[in-house]
Amino acid sequence: MSLIDALGRLEAVRTGRAQPAATVRHRHLSDRPLVLVPLTTAGEAGAPLGALVGTDRDAPRLLVVPQPRDRDLRFAFLAELADAVLPYIDSYAGEVEAAERTETDPETGKRVKVEAELCADAPQLIVPSRGGIELVRLLGRSMRFRRTAEQDPETPHPAPPRVPLLGRWLTHYGERARVPGSSLLLALTDLLSRHWATGQSGLEDQHLGALLAWIDPPDGMTGAQAALRAELARDADGQLLCPPAGPATDPAFDNRLLAPAIERYDRARTALAAAEDGLEADGRLAALAAAEREIRALVERVTRPTWDAVWRGLDLLRALPEGAHVEERWTRDRWSFTGHRDRVLAGEPPQPRRDDAVTAAHKLAAREREQARLDAQEALDDPLVMAERRLAGEAFTGEVTEVVMAYSEGKRPSPRPLVTVRTEDRPHLAERAKVYRSLGGRPQTAEFVGYEPCPDGALIVLRITDKMGRGKEPEPGSVPEKGEHVCFTLFEHEQRGGAKLPEPERTPWTHGGPPGEPGPEPADPVTEEDLL
Amino acid sequence: MTTAEAVADPGAAAARATDAILRDTLHGTERGVVVDSPPGAGKSTLVVRAALELAAAGRPLMIVAQTNAQVDDLVLRLAEKDPELPVGRLHSSDSDPYDKALDDLPNVRTSAKAGDLAGLPVVLSTAAKWAHVKVDEPWRHAIVDEAYQMRSDALLAVAGLFERALFVGDPGQLDPFAIVGSEQWAGLSYDPSASAVTTLLAHNPGLPQHRLPVSWRLPASAAPLVSAAFYPYTPFRSGTGEGDRRLAFAVPSDGSGPDRVIDEAAACGWGLLELPARHTPRTDPEAVHAVAAVVRRLLERGGAAVSERSPEPAPLTADRIAVGTAHRDQAAAIRAALAGLGVTDVTVDTANRLQGREYDVTVVLHPLSGRPDATAFHLETGRLCVLASRHRHACIVVCRAGVTELLDDHPSTEPVQLGVTVKFPDGWEANHAVLAHLAKHRVAWRP
Repeated sequence: MSLIDALGRLEAVRTGRAQPAATVRHRHLSDRPLVLVPLTTAGEAGAPLGALVGTDRDAPRLLVVPQPRDRDLRFAFLAELADAVLPYIDSYAGEVEAAERTETDPETGKRVKVEAELCADAPQLIVPSRGGIELVRLLGRSMRFRRTAEQDPETPHPAPPRVPLLGRWLTHYGERARVPGSSLLLALTDLLSRHWATGQSGLEDQHLGALLAWIDPPDGMTGAQAALRAELARDADGQLLCPPAGPATDPAFDNRLLAPAIERYDRARTALAAAEDGLEADGRLAALAAAEREIRALVERVTRPTWDAVWRGLDLLRALPEGAHVEERWTRDRWSFTGHRDRVLAGEPPQPRRDDAVTAAHKLAAREREQARLDAQEALDDPLVMAERRLAGEAFTGEVTEVVMAYSEGKRPSPRPLVTVRTEDRPHLAERAKVYRSLGGRPQTAEFVGYEPCPDGALIVLRITDKMGRGKEPEPGSVPEKGEHVCFTLFEHEQRGGAKLPEPERTPWTHGGPPGEPGPEPADPVTEEDLL
Repeated sequence: MTTAEAVADPGAAAARATDAILRDTLHGTERGVVVDSPPGAGKSTLVVRAALELAAAGRPLMIVAQTNAQVDDLVLRLAEKDPELPVGRLHSSDSDPYDKALDDLPNVRTSAKAGDLAGLPVVLSTAAKWAHVKVDEPWRHAIVDEAYQMRSDALLAVAGLFERALFVGDPGQLDPFAIVGSEQWAGLSYDPSASAVTTLLAHNPGLPQHRLPVSWRLPASAAPLVSAAFYPYTPFRSGTGEGDRRLAFAVPSDGSGPDRVIDEAAACGWGLLELPARHTPRTDPEAVHAVAAVVRRLLERGGAAVSERSPEPAPLTADRIAVGTAHRDQAAAIRAALAGLGVTDVTVDTANRLQGREYDVTVVLHPLSGRPDATAFHLETGRLCVLASRHRHACIVVCRAGVTELLDDHPSTEPVQLGVTVKFPDGWEANHAVLAHLAKHRVAWRP
């Protein structure tokens, strides 16, 4: 925990209300996000129990699996989920704008610009908590290798055609969510705790109800009281007033309400199967429908509060202005979406089960670059985040007290002005360290030359080394002036490209050699453990 | 392991190990040779010797190190051993990319372009720079230095450049890390965040593996503890015996805590300056002050070090002392405290940056001192191992009381990943082993 985060949490405890941890919104929020509140069945990883899904906060679509251990009902649920999600995704796939992309020319090996399509906007998925992102990933993994009856008439449990496609999209979204700063798939608890510091631990912040209780407590209650109520308060039946945001359910709900309801449903189904004539069957069908309605009502009862909480959280976040670099990061999300759209359209096979060595290395390098970029951009966009970096000795602000013109040695002397900054910060500057400031959105580099303590602070002497034009005299505005307030960082603002990795078919001997021809991956085999 | 039977003389044991390594490197049939080297076991000497022999055998050689300082150090050592050998130093295009001392060496050519250095018998650079090099014909041979600190993905980027390689490193030091989560690849043989050697051996389990058996840096007082705590299955010993190294001070102790711990460390090789138990911020002002006070007294008291290097006692000067911490802000706070006491030129750095360095006396701020919790970062075996194995004479640890209880309250809780080889010892065990030993050299002090 950083110093400023600890301070924010202490202040939250003292005031009884969460404190801002950011002055701007650091993630993109779509005008029309798709919210998904999923629930799973206790005891079986990835067996969905139900979900609320949709883009209209007043009209969520309720999907329920009345008997979660029934494979056919589970497929029916997934097909319904595909019906709800895929049209939403498709609605963004058509509208494109012309853009440029750099590619390696296969003949010359040079980097060249090519014209490409870029989707004008991208679909955004919001889930309540981190567990929701894990479930999206798990659902994607379980669906993308499913075989449809069309692909394989012999398959024992053919999936409806849309199911593998949804699996590929959910896999893509789950994988993209691992990229720092990406916004295609977001967990609301992560979003909220990025922007507010509550008076509870990071672990407790993963409870959406408790987190919202700190940020926006009801009248007459402190955040701590409201959070405790959200976590523990139960009604006369022993049910939580604020059901967990899922995907796991409360055991008291499972034991007292859900299990008996599912049992009634099972009994009704057995009875229907045993019906001897049409008239009897009609009556028992009605009983089955009633049993199913009961389960639907139960699932709605525990998902609807979360659904409403998600939208309330989005309202709170929308009240913050968007950070300056958010748009740029969202553009990369749009590229990611467009890229996957193109792979699906081109008929490429689903994402492999495991990354090969080169792909894994590429992903890790890209994510590390994005993390460094995100850290820098958030600090540049937000003085509160910059304050955190200043306290950590990674940046400093101050007033320019002196500018002395100097020139580099050599045939064509270039301007190398010496700038003295008086600061109260304590940056960890090593000898000849490089520091950067944002000059019209572009980083300007300076070199640390000298340090001299002075009353309440220190004088730091820097030598500006670039972005002053080609002439002998620096371009106007490119050198800070006396009296100007400046902010320099010790971290770079932009990230360099990573190392060139070999093509997968040229994987070296140290990493097992080439992985071989990538064939289409087989469907998951049915094993003895598949009891259902 | 090639040195199964004990050899009485450490010099002879080390020479045997080196001969076996060079034999496999020069005449072996496998594409790779792996050498594990405990702290101060002559790893750099081995790299230089192997480089010279490979060059003498007419095999074009590239050397991969992890940092620019390591590359420059190797270039200087190569030039010292064989001033006639033409050496290429490939460097980045940043300003000030290499040690200016290289410009004074007539046979060292420096360039930012690999093409300019083509045809030289030995070319050295960092893994990051090599990753941008393209060649039509791979090098016949490579030496990868600090291979345990190199990440698997960095090896992936450069492995196409060479046919065969000698991988040298210390498995006990800090593992490489990634700044983002990499759990999704845990258990894969080519996990990009694992160390280069882990991946290499997972795919090539038959490669010959050697071990350097003698630490020339660590004194007889330190090698048994470091070996037992951090290398329990691959023990090593000290190259010097009891009494070969001595530390004496001209100014007698004034009876203060810092002076008493200095005397304890001078006599036994280890000293623990224990402050009263307390939960503190990372830059614990009292602990920082205590570290600075110890360093100042080390200098004020006119220390003299006797070792096998010279018959005359060598003065214990500021450049022979280092302070090690876990975090950068701790190092910064100690630097500021030392500057306040008028002490300059003492190296103060984090474990990561002290890797591979050597001093006469080290003063260590214990990673767990004053903490309310023991996270994986603070428990990492390599961190403590680096901090406890930089010294030739003595190591003084400054720590709050209560770390033993803290450890007992925080057993390792890292999730078990399928397919990942469990590393022994874990940080918890190693920390306990070191603390148990330090307890015998404890000086309690209330600043």
